[in-house]
Amino acid sequence: MTPFLHFNQVRKTYGDIHAVDQVDLSIRKGEFFSLLGPSGCGKTTLLRMVAGFERPDVGRILLEGVDITDLPPNRRKVNTIFQNYALFPHLSVWENIAFGLRVAKRPAAEIKSAVDAMIDLIQLNAHARKKPSQISGGQKQRVAIARALINQPDVLLLDEPLAALDLKLRQRMLLELDQIHDQVGITFVYVTHDQGEAMSLSDRIAVMNHGRIEQLGAPAEIYETPNSSFVAAFIGDSNFFDGVVTELIEPDYCRLRIDGFPDVMCYNDKRKQRGDLVHLSVRPEKFRLSLDPPPNEARANCVRGRVAEVVYLGAQTKFLVHVQEYRLAITQQHSRFLLDQKPIRWEDEVWIWWHADDGYMLDRYSQTDEELLEMPAG
Amino acid sequence: MKRSRIPLYTTWAVLIFFYLPIGVLILHSFNASRFSSSWEGFSWRWYIRLFAERDIWFALQNTVIVALSSTIVSMVLGSIAAYALHRYHTRLQRVHYTLIYTPLVVPDILMGISLLLFFVGIGMQLGLITIFLAHTSFCVSYVAMVVLARLQDFDDSILEAARDLGATWWTTTWRVLLPLLAPGIAAGGLLAFTLSIDDFVITFFVTGPGATTLPIQIYSMIKHGSPPLINALSTLLLVVTFLIVWLVQHLTQEEHRHEVD
Ligand SMILES: Nc1ncnc2c1ncn2[C@@H]1O[C@H](COP(=O)(O)OP(=O)(O)O)[C@@H](O)[C@H]1O
Ligand SMILES: [Mg+2]
Repeated sequence: MTPFLHFNQVRKTYGDIHAVDQVDLSIRKGEFFSLLGPSGCGKTTLLRMVAGFERPDVGRILLEGVDITDLPPNRRKVNTIFQNYALFPHLSVWENIAFGLRVAKRPAAEIKSAVDAMIDLIQLNAHARKKPSQISGGQKQRVAIARALINQPDVLLLDEPLAALDLKLRQRMLLELDQIHDQVGITFVYVTHDQGEAMSLSDRIAVMNHGRIEQLGAPAEIYETPNSSFVAAFIGDSNFFDGVVTELIEPDYCRLRIDGFPDVMCYNDKRKQRGDLVHLSVRPEKFRLSLDPPPNEARANCVRGRVAEVVYLGAQTKFLVHVQEYRLAITQQHSRFLLDQKPIRWEDEVWIWWHADDGYMLDRYSQTDEELLEMPAG
Repeated sequence: MKRSRIPLYTTWAVLIFFYLPIGVLILHSFNASRFSSSWEGFSWRWYIRLFAERDIWFALQNTVIVALSSTIVSMVLGSIAAYALHRYHTRLQRVHYTLIYTPLVVPDILMGISLLLFFVGIGMQLGLITIFLAHTSFCVSYVAMVVLARLQDFDDSILEAARDLGATWWTTTWRVLLPLLAPGIAAGGLLAFTLSIDDFVITFFVTGPGATTLPIQIYSMIKHGSPPLINALSTLLLVVTFLIVWLVQHLTQEEHRHEVD
């Protein structure tokens, strides 16, 4: 299958900032695709190049095999939902939605029926005559979506569309966006710095950092098998270990020496050899924690540590546990909290264990990425 | 705690200082007496006399011609200048900004002299055309400044949204940019209009034979005319100016209410 929206070695620089750097990316037809990354990583710039507001310095952008790199915005079958909605303040809700059809000089009867149908869809019949300044944030959001969809674009671009809404509304609009995507079936390219939004909506996610795509994959893939410390730390939390391979355990496992730990067994999908340096990442919820020694399991790793912090969060509890000079962030769900005979408290000596499959080897590791980690509140 | 009364007294003093002369002038335009030393009852006679003065009608006609034409031209040029200043931030635009800003701070008398030297230098016949050019040269700055202020809190993504929805550059300008800037352009235009109709100093330098405007006419009437007539004329000018200023404020406020909602 040929890719639907394709970026070929796209680069954009502002002065000496590489806003977007050598991006190669293919987005499939009908997909809900997210660009996820911290502020300033180049998401908006990439999106604006698809819309036609920025021109790449190098590289081409193809839509359905046609090179659109040099087309002006009005000649692309692409529409955008702007972060601040960018509704026309001098036009009514109805006229805002009709704008695309009006400039396309469609017959009045067609415009009327199309806009009325769209207003039905977003359930704003009561507000059709109002000006944008007279409706709420959530309603503006829906008008912006309707206004973009009425042109029946090939691709809908959304630049942090929920950032301006409060939490409750954001959760509702998240569901609505999902439904709209299912209904209209067009390709969505969604920009966000919120990993929760990206994880819950997307078919696939591209994680961006410093203008480059760090990792591309389905949400679960990115969460479970991050290929760099940046992805591991930006999407959820993680614990990082440096180790050296001491022994290969065929077929798929290896033993690592990590300073201050007994030997650690880990899944060796990267085909590391003896003596290789390895960066291991373990998610906080993959650890198990107990006051008593753990049951003997095959391929389990086990260490002892001292609890330095306990943060009870209702659905789960976060622990900070010191093991030698390591500070492990550990999250435990408790399904039977009241039945646990002895809750784990501050300063308790505990056993920590995890399965070899739950540690994941990173391709790239950078010390600075650990700063992204959210430490338990103290 | 007792509040100081000084601010109150100061306010009154300032108000009296500013408005008493104007008040007296308005009052005397309705004075039946020829001399302002005594009050001989209310009368419209000076206004009626005013209507009979052919010179005044002629001057008024000139004033309106100059004001309208320079207003329209400066609205167009000023808006374009403001947009260029807003859109681009090159070194050239900084020079441009200085050029636009200068007429606002240069004393009128300097403007007048330099314009006169310029017109004479290029051998231009002094008259309505030169007055029109002179007025346009400073009105452009005022329009540009007012429109620029409006552009300052203008959201450029609105223009991008229009382009995104399929509008060409022209359609975007006509259907989105201009309607949104219209109150600013109108306010700038009205400001330019009032500045043009009551400009004396610059006009005085660049006027030529047969091109008398109202302020110039008033000046010559002071020298050898009747004071009550001038009072009446000034009062009328005042009323017109006030109306326009009120309109300007109305226009800008209307827009403000819109945004607050
Ligand atoms: N018009 C511009 N001029 C100069 N620098 C810009 C411009 N637009 C973006 N940048 C820079 O490019 C980088 C990427 O910006 P952006 O794409 O907006 O990031 P994001 O949307 O991921 O927050 C940032 O460092 C930003 O400062
Ligand atoms: Mg952005």
